[in-house]
Amino acid sequence: MEEQYYAMLHELQAVDFVLVELNLYLDTHPWDTMALQQFNEMAQKRQFLAAQFEQCYGPLLNFGHSASPHGWRWAMPPWPWQV
Amino acid sequence: MWIYEKKLQYPVRVSKCDPMMARFLIEQYGGADGELSAALRYLNQRYTIPDQVIGLLTDIGTEEFAHLEMIATMVYKLTKDATVEQLKAAGLGAHYANHDRALFYNNAAGVPWTASYIQAKGDPIADLYEDIAAEEKARATYQWLIDMTDDVDLQDSLKFLREREVVHSQRFREAVDILIQDRNTKKFF
Repeated sequence: MEEQYYAMLHELQAVDFVLVELNLYLDTHPWDTMALQQFNEMAQKRQFLAAQFEQCYGPLLNFGHSASPHGWRWAMPPWPWQV
Repeated sequence: MWIYEKKLQYPVRVSKCDPMMARFLIEQYGGADGELSAALRYLNQRYTIPDQVIGLLTDIGTEEFAHLEMIATMVYKLTKDATVEQLKAAGLGAHYANHDRALFYNNAAGVPWTASYIQAKGDPIADLYEDIAAEEKARATYQWLIDMTDDVDLQDSLKFLREREVVHSQRFREAVDILIQDRNTKKFF
């Protein structure tokens, strides 16, 4: 895969890492409004980055959680273990 | 309901074909303290745990499936280019005879995964202590695996997984505190 694929994927993985961390933290600290604010900001950024990635490399999610405007690219490689 | 996301949680790169290391890594795929055990343990316990910790068990259980996929990716990449001779030399001859290069849910010694690796006592404190212990055992296993390879790319992904065990353990400890605090403040009339 081209360099841009890895760069965009890496950026998304970085934001998703923050989101997983904040999510688990909020599960046991639901009253922490600072963490909640960070979570909501990151969730927005995540949506933007995922949309950008999907525009270039096809749907990230199945079952209609990602639209497939440019043909049926969902079932096409590469799969995560192939890159 | 679960939705699949077509990406790894964290990048997995390997710098060489290493079927021997793949054989050891399978411990975290189908071993007692591996990622399959972890995912199934938490997602099964959540039905009978108090409401305050159902979210945590759901989220950590789901994350474990992402880790399972990372381990699978490591094993796949470490073995896909191996010759039969290399597989035999790595101690994977018996595996090849049964599975070719297919992954299988067994531990590093080839023992198939069994449901007896996981516990569900229905007692929230007992279940959460089991989960904390499982995370600590998985953390230790990741350390031994890191010690067994000189592949810095592989070590990087394993270190990520090791740190996730630390975080999960911490969150489970907090869940215990939440339940104990709740128990101590509960008013009976």
